[in-house]
Amino acid sequence: MKAFSYQRATSPMDAAAKATVTPGARFIAGGTNLLDLMKLEIEAPTHLIDVNGIGLDKIEKTEEGGLRIGALVRNTDLAAHEDVRRDYGLLSRALLAGASGQLRNKATTAGNLLQRTRCPYFYDTQQPCNKRKPGSGCSAIGGVSRQLAVVGASPACIATHPSDMAVALRALDAVVETVDAKGMARAIPIADFHRLPGETPDVETALTPGELITAVTLPKPAGGKHIYHKVRDRASYAFALVSVGAIVQKDGSGRVALGGVAHKPWRVEPADALLRRGAKPVIEHLLADAQPTAENSFKVTLVERTLAAVLAEARA
Amino acid sequence: MQALEENGVSRRGVLIAGAGVIAATAAPGAEAQPMPQATVPVSFEVNGERRELTLDARTTLLDALREHLRLTGTKKGCDHGQCGACTVIVDGRRINSCLTLAVMHEGAKITTIEGLGRPDRLHPLQAAFVKHDGYQCGYCTPGQICSAVAMLDELKAGLPSHVSETLTERPQATDAELRERMSGNICRCGAYSNIQEAIREVAGVRA
Amino acid sequence: MKFDTPATTNPIDQLKVIGRPTDRIDGPLKTTGTAPYANDRHDVAPNQAYGYVVVAGIAKGRVTAIDTSRARAAPRVLAVVTAQNAGPLGKGIFNVAALLAGPEVQHYHQAVGLVVAETFEQARSAAGLVRLDYELAPGAFDLSTASASAVKPKDGSSGPADAAVGDFAGAFAKAPVTLDATYTTPDQSHAMMEPHATVAVWEGDRLTVWTSNQMINWSAGDLARALGIAREKVRLVSPFVGGGFGGKLFLRADVLLAALGARATNRAVRVALPRPLMANNTTHRPATIQRIRIGCRRNGKIIAIGHESWSGNLPGGAAETAVNQTRLLYAGANRMTATRLAVLDLPEGSAMRAPGEASGMMALEIAMDEMAEKVGMDPVKFRVLNDTQEDPEKPGRPFSQRQLVKCLELGAERFAWNRRNPRPGRVRDGRWLVGMGMAAAFRNNLVTRSAARVRLDNRGVLTVETDMTDIGTGSYTIIAQTAAETMGLPLEKVAVRLGDSTFPVSCGSGGQWGGNNSTAGVYAACMKLRDAVAEKAGLDPAQAVFADGQVRGGDRRLALADIAGDAGLVAEDHIEYGDLDKRYQQSTFGAHFVEAAVDAATCEIRIRRMLAVCAAGRILNPKSARSQVIGAMTMGVGAALMEALEVDKRRGFFVNHDLASYEVPVHADIPHQEVIFLDETDPISSPMKAKGVGELGICGVAAAVANAVYNATGVRVRDYPITLDKLLHGLPA
Repeated sequence: MKAFSYQRATSPMDAAAKATVTPGARFIAGGTNLLDLMKLEIEAPTHLIDVNGIGLDKIEKTEEGGLRIGALVRNTDLAAHEDVRRDYGLLSRALLAGASGQLRNKATTAGNLLQRTRCPYFYDTQQPCNKRKPGSGCSAIGGVSRQLAVVGASPACIATHPSDMAVALRALDAVVETVDAKGMARAIPIADFHRLPGETPDVETALTPGELITAVTLPKPAGGKHIYHKVRDRASYAFALVSVGAIVQKDGSGRVALGGVAHKPWRVEPADALLRRGAKPVIEHLLADAQPTAENSFKVTLVERTLAAVLAEARA
Repeated sequence: MQALEENGVSRRGVLIAGAGVIAATAAPGAEAQPMPQATVPVSFEVNGERRELTLDARTTLLDALREHLRLTGTKKGCDHGQCGACTVIVDGRRINSCLTLAVMHEGAKITTIEGLGRPDRLHPLQAAFVKHDGYQCGYCTPGQICSAVAMLDELKAGLPSHVSETLTERPQATDAELRERMSGNICRCGAYSNIQEAIREVAGVRA
Repeated sequence: MKFDTPATTNPIDQLKVIGRPTDRIDGPLKTTGTAPYANDRHDVAPNQAYGYVVVAGIAKGRVTAIDTSRARAAPRVLAVVTAQNAGPLGKGIFNVAALLAGPEVQHYHQAVGLVVAETFEQARSAAGLVRLDYELAPGAFDLSTASASAVKPKDGSSGPADAAVGDFAGAFAKAPVTLDATYTTPDQSHAMMEPHATVAVWEGDRLTVWTSNQMINWSAGDLARALGIAREKVRLVSPFVGGGFGGKLFLRADVLLAALGARATNRAVRVALPRPLMANNTTHRPATIQRIRIGCRRNGKIIAIGHESWSGNLPGGAAETAVNQTRLLYAGANRMTATRLAVLDLPEGSAMRAPGEASGMMALEIAMDEMAEKVGMDPVKFRVLNDTQEDPEKPGRPFSQRQLVKCLELGAERFAWNRRNPRPGRVRDGRWLVGMGMAAAFRNNLVTRSAARVRLDNRGVLTVETDMTDIGTGSYTIIAQTAAETMGLPLEKVAVRLGDSTFPVSCGSGGQWGGNNSTAGVYAACMKLRDAVAEKAGLDPAQAVFADGQVRGGDRRLALADIAGDAGLVAEDHIEYGDLDKRYQQSTFGAHFVEAAVDAATCEIRIRRMLAVCAAGRILNPKSARSQVIGAMTMGVGAALMEALEVDKRRGFFVNHDLASYEVPVHADIPHQEVIFLDETDPISSPMKAKGVGELGICGVAAAVANAVYNATGVRVRDYPITLDKLLHGLPA
């Protein structure tokens, strides 16, 4: 871990001011991913601004009947919040399927969204990785790729996004609220928040330099059955091979987003319209452009079967 | 602005203030200010005792406990949040002490394995682990016990888990619930079945 | 004490202390965080500096340049040790690859240096500033291709590379029912919870290391050899070991580098291997390819059995001896086994819990399940039918004890095996397909010299000292029980000190020999002490009765404390063995039963029930022995379902080198586990009449899981681990 200087922000305003004037600064909240990566020098900020003391840890109702989730709300608290459990069960379920009790107690809403990939080549600083070191190449292509992306990947990167929470947010049509260093606010639909790798896999989100997440908002409850089905080799404390987040209405309509298949939570809205016809047409649409590796082609079959199970559960 | 100062943090206030959180790179062209010191004072309470330290900012809570306070009961198994051996209880919550900086815990109340009991005065969970042979090599054990103490509180508080049947009803201390909730603590010796017995006994689960 | 005739009645048979499910005497230390592991040892030396290991980023080649200037200039760095400035280094006899590389690099993440600084943070950060330039050399990284050029290795301690009896080829060709199948097991990582760690201190030319090691004497010797100093100048201390499983049998880089760092800085230096380096820097269980052929009569009698195994290792490394059990486990007149070894430039392959048998049983016991189905027999009955009571290669050579059949039959009864539907894929419970599987368990019992010293003081406290280690096995407790039983003392009057090379040399912890041999050595020392006590008390040693802290002879009754007096009484002895292990085959036996459920949609596999029945001689402490078995069963579940070091065959390294990506079972993977020990003693094994159990527990578990998955789904997977992707194609949605 490279040396850095450290400051505690006392308020959001204070944090913004500090970030604006310090090159190489990063904010730290839960730290469960950032410190992990800093120890390996995959991340090497020169300055850390501790934002744990500045608030942004509330969950409030919005005027539109939805919820606004502060950027610093811990995963445990979000999953356990009464309104979330009642109206956005998909989000609770996705959070609870991720990590461990200890990690969820620290990890924040914004930090979870900004998690970086778990591609083992990204994690090994001795190996080429375009995401870690732009232009160095992708050693995962042609390498060990069982966990990696089957769709939306590029010749530069086949990493997946590891978050369960983000899959739920994608299905829930969440909006990421941000401000930039000049105080300009933006509301970024979750669909646009995470990027595909393209030629610049190091650029993972729509955030511009200095732009910061303040909250995630959810539209008013969509009703329906909320199911998050995560598939993994071990029963807990493991990243998804694939996951399916779905909201299914009584009439069989609904929405679906996939985890573990792409560089971002994977949802293609027109595929939702096929839900009443079953899992196969939905997945065929969602993964129409899939280009799996020999090691992960099973994910295409697996995710279809998982969705079929989800739909059966929704009908039951 | 007043709301901001008080951390009431209305949405409007934040937007106006331009503050934000998490993972920023500084705005380009920002004017550099003198860097703050890399050594940072911090004070917190460990096992009921106030401790004041001045630390290299890079020091994790785990290393502060182990190397600076010499509370070596908390173990370093992976240093990357992948095993749970470093679990301690901070302000009533279990966390991986390896993935947090010590200086981020100003004013916190920290409980480590040393704060739960001593060899001659075991905490009920420590005694149950001995009785049920809920360990082998013993290296993950302090983390298992700290985790279990806080986990039972979480269960008592009604927090749901991945295996809870419903999200709306109060979870019960079933075997499946206990196993899922303890899954952030790896025991390579494979004492899980016995650890489960120890926790069940303390949780008052009927056989 | 020489043990060369079967044991008769002796003080251990009193079973006042031995054989009881005593809580571990080190339990209060372990549960309160007060048991001192190597990386905790602030207490042993003041002013410790921190070392951080620098490793190679290539699998094979040469370091052409090391630039340590930036690291040396970094804040409060005290020294940077590399092969260039370390001075001449030897290599331990138990190591294959060098522990400090340079200029030659033999495997990925091989250590090339150590940065020592005032703090851990400074050392870690400066380690990142060491710049290495390499010249890459081509290497062999793929066992499936390298196996074509595999050769017959030299015969190892566990037997010849090749063995043959009768006419295997002829009998197999003529057999009416045959199986010819190939199985693979992957590279596996010990992944013990405690990373390798050492504090090293030099006082003049004398070196002391507080470390984490299973075999004190081997490693103290190898440390001396590596440093080129006399063995007497080295002290190695390892009272608590946070798991080993074979990964801490030998000297590793942390020890050598801490010693070199301490020498370079004239400070105490502490080094712990970072978790992400462990899988490639240290050793692993090598992958195998195994071909098994079984030929049967229609009635299920095996007439031909052949088992061949291929594995790879660095030049000079050993083969995984996966065929050993097949030489002994089942009857059959015509037999062949063969071991082949290929050169691979992956990290060093070595022993991991039950080396040989763990991998071999993973294959053999699927093969037996397949064969049972072919001959239309229940898998339990098929094994019972093919039991043998003599060494199948040496008719007339008996087993010292062999109750495999009883294990199988008792296990079947307790597990309600008769409720298993022999037709696979027929049992459904909601979304789950449910199946039962079983396997035999088999692991040899090894006897080896082990010494101890016992000291009786004027408080009547007996202190046992031996360099035996407790790696979670319960050594502290069973040694205390042994001493208490032999001396007629309550358990509280026995203190046990382990893991110090200044203590008498024990068998150490490995090969499941530790429990039986170390306690036999303690027994020997105690018997010598009894003689000394009796002599000092003027009693006939043969008639003296030791009980309740006293010795009685005739009408005399004296407290041991009084006899010891202020000077105390000390005795030291060892157990050594004659040829009983040649005259008799000494093995441990068991049976594993597993119920598995497979999600019909996703093919995720979850274990529902597990039972092991073990016949392993006298069980010295049923509580800690049971823990050994459930732990082994858990590791077996990992082997069956998730554990595999994934090889990057282009770059030559294990890609998933941390605990997030190398998955081992968590709480949620493991159900309640049942263990039954047969009430047995083996007087041919040792005066303790005990055998090992810690490795028996893993042998066969993975195959029992595999067979349960087959019974649940009808899909036979022969390549471990059995992950859901291998079931999907065979299991229609």
